[in-house]
Amino acid sequence: MAETHSLQDLQQPAVSSKVFIQRDYSSGTICRFQTKFPSELESRLDKQQFEETIQTLNNLYAEAEKLGGKSYLEGCLACLTAYTIFLCMETHYEKVLKKIARYIKDQNEKIYAPRGLLLTDPIERGLRVVEVTIFEDRSIGSGR
Amino acid sequence: MEKFSLKYKVLHLFGNSTTIIRNVANGGTGYRPPPRTKEVVINGQTVKLKYCFTCKIFRPPRASHCSLCDNCVERFDHHCPWVGNCVGRRNYRFFYMFILSLSFLTIFIFAFAITHIILLAVSHRSGFLNALKDSPASVLEVVVCFFSVWSIVGLSGFHTYLISSNQTTNEDIKGSWSSKRGKDNYNPYSHGNIFTNCCAALCGPLPPSLIDRRGFIQSDAPQLAPPTNGITMYGATQSQQSHMCDQDQCIQSTKFVLQAAATPLLQQQSSEPVILTASPENGGSLPGRTSLTLGGPCTSLPLGQPTPPTSTPSLSCHEAADMLPIHGHGHNHSHPLQEPVAHHHFLTPEEVPSPPGMLHCGSPLGHSHTMQAGFYNPASQDSLHEDSVRGLVKLSSV
Repeated sequence: MAETHSLQDLQQPAVSSKVFIQRDYSSGTICRFQTKFPSELESRLDKQQFEETIQTLNNLYAEAEKLGGKSYLEGCLACLTAYTIFLCMETHYEKVLKKIARYIKDQNEKIYAPRGLLLTDPIERGLRVVEVTIFEDRSIGSGR
Repeated sequence: MEKFSLKYKVLHLFGNSTTIIRNVANGGTGYRPPPRTKEVVINGQTVKLKYCFTCKIFRPPRASHCSLCDNCVERFDHHCPWVGNCVGRRNYRFFYMFILSLSFLTIFIFAFAITHIILLAVSHRSGFLNALKDSPASVLEVVVCFFSVWSIVGLSGFHTYLISSNQTTNEDIKGSWSSKRGKDNYNPYSHGNIFTNCCAALCGPLPPSLIDRRGFIQSDAPQLAPPTNGITMYGATQSQQSHMCDQDQCIQSTKFVLQAAATPLLQQQSSEPVILTASPENGGSLPGRTSLTLGGPCTSLPLGQPTPPTSTPSLSCHEAADMLPIHGHGHNHSHPLQEPVAHHHFLTPEEVPSPPGMLHCGSPLGHSHTMQAGFYNPASQDSLHEDSVRGLVKLSSV
């Protein structure tokens, strides 16, 4: 048994299924994802943990799209410089997107990978969904 | 049994209590189901999200499909024939500044052309008509400018109104938020006051493009993990799918042959979409213009089987553009109905596509947001990527 499995263990874990967390449009066209806990993850993840992740993502996207003095200033400055300023610096939105990428990587490493899950950055899905890939559970002794 | 559990899962996924997915009977070959819609409540207003058969996504609110650009556009304003592109979420402020500066320019030219003629008339003393004869170009200029001023300044004024009320041209024309529709009808996207609306539209944060226009598509290659004991279901459906694909491919190629025979040589262009959709049936690479718009990161997606086994074989259908962009300065577009973009499956209402997109923002002042759709179906998850790849061009925020 051990020999037949060892080669497979060296390969990448197979994808068992994917769950997609859709956009939540209840507050308009801003980027928000539904915090409802999908049933497919019930066996793998804490509801609280999941909601916290999604909520943080939502907050980060809200920060990116926030209308305020800072974003107005950036917009006006960009307009005045004929948008050439973006050759030198990146927009606030892009900065937050990088922050989000770091956050997701961090979450994956700390929480999701040990549970055989993988979060995909929504930007790679066109900000349409948060894709959670569920890998099949190969751990010996998993009573699932 | 499997089918039911799948459908249940998908329904559960869309478990938002305010989401209503209208059921559509899934007939056999030759039957096109009526358009599907999804309702969401946005800031108190119920909005219907339509499903785009071309782009294979449920359009986000305020998005619309442009048949001229052949994709869905976020916050669709209108398709401008003068610039040859759609005006949407990411380029609206530039468009507005363009028409604003253009109106200043036309007023400027108009004023100075008139001044020139007047000065000539005054200096000549031989009469106004002689002055006009001296400089016939000015006359022409004045005439052209006169009409331009009215149209451009009118357009600028119109867009200023739209910005202040946070509406799109599309919404204004349709009267989506007009009080004439109902007492309780209001614009859920408006920020409340004019100043905030203006600032948001003109100086708000600019999201980057989600499309890598210079990337190349990787040819589809099945990258499924070999079926192990844990995924026998997966393995079983594979053969089923490939069988389905052959059938679909046969139907598609037959259709294409018939179509190619029927259409004259000049219209070859229009039959392209048929080719586009034929190849994904068996996971072939996508030719045509879509290939230019897929990004590098795409390559990481396994592009596998297209259709889930539960769907019916493909049919062609027309994507009727659901809006008529009547340009502010009086140009009407007629949209030719798009050539049948053959879809290789129909969705049962339960298989509501959950759209995974595969995009990457790469282009500098790029204008497009693209999104795709797919199916949540554990047995054919790669069809999601398949469809997502195909739909990659389909939603832009321009």
